[in-house]
Amino acid sequence: MRYNRTSKALVLSAALALTLTACGGGGGENPSASSGGDASKVITANSTEPQNGLLPANTNEVGGGRVMDLIFTGLVSYDATGKPVNELAESIETTDAQNYTIKIKAGQKFTNGEPVNAKSFVDAWNFGAAAKNAQLNSYFFESIKGYDKVSAEKSTLDKMEGLKVVDDTTFTVELSRPESDFPLRLGYTAFYPLPEAAFKDPKAFGENPAGNGPYKLAEGGWKHNVELNLVPNADYSGPRTPANGGVTFKIYNSFDAAYTDLQADNLDVLDQIPPSALQNYKTDLGDRWVNQAYAGNATMTIPSYLPEFKGEAGQLRRQAISMSIDRQQIIDNIFFGAKQVAKDFTSPVIDGYSDALPGNEVLTFNADKAKELWAQADKIDPWPADKVFTITSNIDGAGNKEYITAMANQISNTLGIKAELNPIPTFKEMRTLVGEKKLTGASRAGWQADYPSLYNFLGPLYGTGAGSNDGDYSNPAFDQKLADGLAATSVEEGNKIFNESQQILLKDLPVVPLWYQAVQGGWSNNVTDVKFGWNGVPIYNAITGK
Amino acid sequence: MITFTLKRILQLIPVFFGATLLVYFLVFATPGDPIAALSGGKPMSPAVADALRAQYNLDQPFWVQYFLYLKNLVSFDLGQTFSGQQVSDVIARAMPVTARLAVMALAIEAVFGVIFGVFAGLKKGKLFDSTVLVASLLVIAVPTFVLGFVLQFVVGVKLSWAKPTVSSGAPWGDLILPAVVLGLVSLAYVIRLTRTSIIENKSADYVRTATAKGLSRRRVVVVHILRNSLIPVVTFLGADLGSLMGGAIVTEGIFNVPGIGNLLYQAILKGESATVVAVVSVLVLVFVIANLVVDLLYAWLDPRIRLV
Repeated sequence: MRYNRTSKALVLSAALALTLTACGGGGGENPSASSGGDASKVITANSTEPQNGLLPANTNEVGGGRVMDLIFTGLVSYDATGKPVNELAESIETTDAQNYTIKIKAGQKFTNGEPVNAKSFVDAWNFGAAAKNAQLNSYFFESIKGYDKVSAEKSTLDKMEGLKVVDDTTFTVELSRPESDFPLRLGYTAFYPLPEAAFKDPKAFGENPAGNGPYKLAEGGWKHNVELNLVPNADYSGPRTPANGGVTFKIYNSFDAAYTDLQADNLDVLDQIPPSALQNYKTDLGDRWVNQAYAGNATMTIPSYLPEFKGEAGQLRRQAISMSIDRQQIIDNIFFGAKQVAKDFTSPVIDGYSDALPGNEVLTFNADKAKELWAQADKIDPWPADKVFTITSNIDGAGNKEYITAMANQISNTLGIKAELNPIPTFKEMRTLVGEKKLTGASRAGWQADYPSLYNFLGPLYGTGAGSNDGDYSNPAFDQKLADGLAATSVEEGNKIFNESQQILLKDLPVVPLWYQAVQGGWSNNVTDVKFGWNGVPIYNAITGK
Repeated sequence: MITFTLKRILQLIPVFFGATLLVYFLVFATPGDPIAALSGGKPMSPAVADALRAQYNLDQPFWVQYFLYLKNLVSFDLGQTFSGQQVSDVIARAMPVTARLAVMALAIEAVFGVIFGVFAGLKKGKLFDSTVLVASLLVIAVPTFVLGFVLQFVVGVKLSWAKPTVSSGAPWGDLILPAVVLGLVSLAYVIRLTRTSIIENKSADYVRTATAKGLSRRRVVVVHILRNSLIPVVTFLGADLGSLMGGAIVTEGIFNVPGIGNLLYQAILKGESATVVAVVSVLVLVFVIANLVVDLLYAWLDPRIRLV
């Protein structure tokens, strides 16, 4: 989901995420059957205050996202490895990757008693997409036919022509072009169904939502800025049945306070070890910690609109800069090993990932080659004598300043040019600079996957004119590969084409990939069966008391 | 005295307008678009961004924004946060917690500060006096966050005497530790102020007269020396109440207290004018009222002072 100042990836990024999970294995099945733990224990976990009311299409950060994913359930959910598992979907069928027929399980209901039917999905998606409702996730519906009309400025329309209810348990979706990874997206928060009550008074509903997930909000359960109390939902009958007596999310404004609570067993699960404890957490916590990759990465954008980085010289310069960064050294010395060196533009927890893409040696530190490439670029178009290569970053997120300064020093030492951090006080200011394309140098960037798919790391970021293409990158050959990948009839075929598209990116380097994010989390002496998902969020429903 | 109080309350009006205008302008002038940050680096449809800007009047020039804010204020509408909650609700939740914390901190510094200060002043140059002086110097020299983290770790984690952070509902017991940290630095100042003032007054003529009259030592110290020595201390405590309420950002952060300091800090980072202005206005009110109480106390402590 999104970048957030206080968040997760300390560094960088911050980008946060949603739920669902990764690696580790074994998290997806119903754990209450296997473990003999205390299933009545209420788990306490850290969170941040949800930034908006709890509506699926308006929740785009992890504080609200992790709650939404527990109190709602969609057509599919993702297991620990990021594979979609059917929740409400009976079947999702297509013959051309453009027209889908979706059948849902009958007999499900929301916690306010309303039934979950085909209309609940169609109405919820229409509501999320319509401009008049100003929902932050509205762009998630852009593939659906008719989105352009309901999302147009000042549009009063609220129904997309691509969505049709066939009967109580069946609806059809028509996309505006073939997109084979559409079914993969359906576990994302934005695609959850909503009861009628939500449309009558969205604001009141957001404060006290009636969902259909494994948990529900307790009576008066959202104590703003203090905690959120979730209790098991007896009506839920999907694959994520709770193995505990509820989850209480305590709101923390700093991970340091949460970590101290964890050490005192005053908090059960922490999904982010603060930077100050990265050196010692393994000894502090004994065997109660995890360090595993999740679906996010950190990069450095070098915008295409910079005059020094245009054409062939620009391409050589990007490659030279990439090869002058010793990623492992920064990971070891600044992050105490809490990251993994990037080998591509995606993440190792995503299906289809390859660490052996042809051309990825450009991501390996090689001072001699870097100097050589820089000299070649200078022959075509000399680097201005006093030009400073700046890397812009907000410095209100812990660790940003340290690693970017180190990176600037490496670039400077290898290439013999001046390079430095251009510090920006707040995230808000940084986003404005990036959004208005006013950068005069490189900038810190990163991505946290919304749903587990290679395309999600490529299309929204490097497609011509795409929403998060901050560097204005445009290459028709790359766009063609993306379209081919989406039109592929099988996931394997699609992944193969997406990886070919990455080879184009490895030459052009619209961003310089730095490292993959990993989650460092811990748990108290009072709980067991703690696993983290593909997106770095704990699998709360599987946690049980000791 | 009633006229005096009324006059002071009337003075609030220009202070209030000045403060809101200034703060509103400062938040307006901070660079960056708050709506761009809301989407957190993910794309946002332009129609959605425009709708949000219009909702918070961010598409209007400064004077229009400020005027609209004042207009709502007249009908006691403090506006909304970016998450759509009423600012008045948000403040109503945070204020009691911070007020409790500040009052506890103030009580700690007033009670212990005056007691230690009096004994140190009366026994000037003795072992107790020197110990208190050195200790208070140390407390002043160590930054609050160091004190906070050390106490939190030792008392909360190692000894398990108290919870390391404040739990839901902010019970009094959980607030003791943060209140000690918050009050400690001011405590050191109160000790030093009281001590100096006592030393000055104990050789005053009226004290000698009182002693010569044959009054008991206790009466001389409490009624004659202490009461007259309290004027600078009360001035300090009055001003300090305001700082304790608004300046608890560090302490509230360490102990995860859901109070005004935290609220203000988050709102400034987000560029949420409505919240920042409302919180600052409330703090201005606290300052002005605390100062009024201090002025009224002067007359009680020293009958020579008359309020007009």
